Amino acid sequence: MKTITVRYFAMFREHAGVAEETLTLDVGTAADVFECTKERHGSAEPAGHCKVAINDEMADWSAVVSDGDTVLLFPPVAGG
Amino acid sequence: MLSMTTAAIDPDALRKKLFDAAAGGYCAFEGWVRNENDGHTVLRLEYEAYEPLAIIEGDKIFAEAKREFPFLHALCVHRTGMLEIGDCAVWVGVASPHRDEAFRACRYIIDELKVRLPIWKKEHYADGHSGWVNCERCAQHGRAGSPT
Repeated sequence: MKTITVRYFAMFREHAGVAEETLTLDVGTAADVFECTKERHGSAEPAGHCKVAINDEMADWSAVVSDGDTVLLFPPVAGG
Repeated sequence: MLSMTTAAIDPDALRKKLFDAAAGGYCAFEGWVRNENDGHTVLRLEYEAYEPLAIIEGDKIFAEAKREFPFLHALCVHRTGMLEIGDCAVWVGVASPHRDEAFRACRYIIDELKVRLPIWKKEHYADGHSGWVNCERCAQHGRAGSPT
């Protein structure tokens, strides 16, 4: 089990009802973290439309997460 | 260089920052808040950004643009917070010795920042609902039943 801090933005924050939470999860990758949070908060957005960062660096969904990491979940962006 | 602001964008002041004796041309793009999207009347827009990573990704976009279309100076300012119809949401300006690089770099920067920067846009509609742009499920959900 790993202790992961998850930060939510925009739509994800509204679904989760919190901007950040620390979870104890049995996960290997950033994608695993995303799936856990989708189950937890009932979100259905596909990962392919979203982006992820680990400890303030953009990452791939296949990136391994470590105990103590902060995972930032970004819903589909819409700047401009 | 990209920056984010909650204050109104001043295109004239930004333009002056790009002046250079070696520049033969300047090209700018202003993105404005419009009153309609996908058949829905929009009253205002709300922008949210994760600034630390937006700045880093913005720097990468500027470096790519400069490599591809060598220019002298470029700036971009993006708003966050609540914006009204007609407000300037984003401004991009590029100065270069010749016009072609200015046009192309300006286009590259605005196109890339729209799809790469961690910035989100929530539309507030005349019917009282709201929706996050590009978030399909959320937009449907918002229009169907979550007045804000």
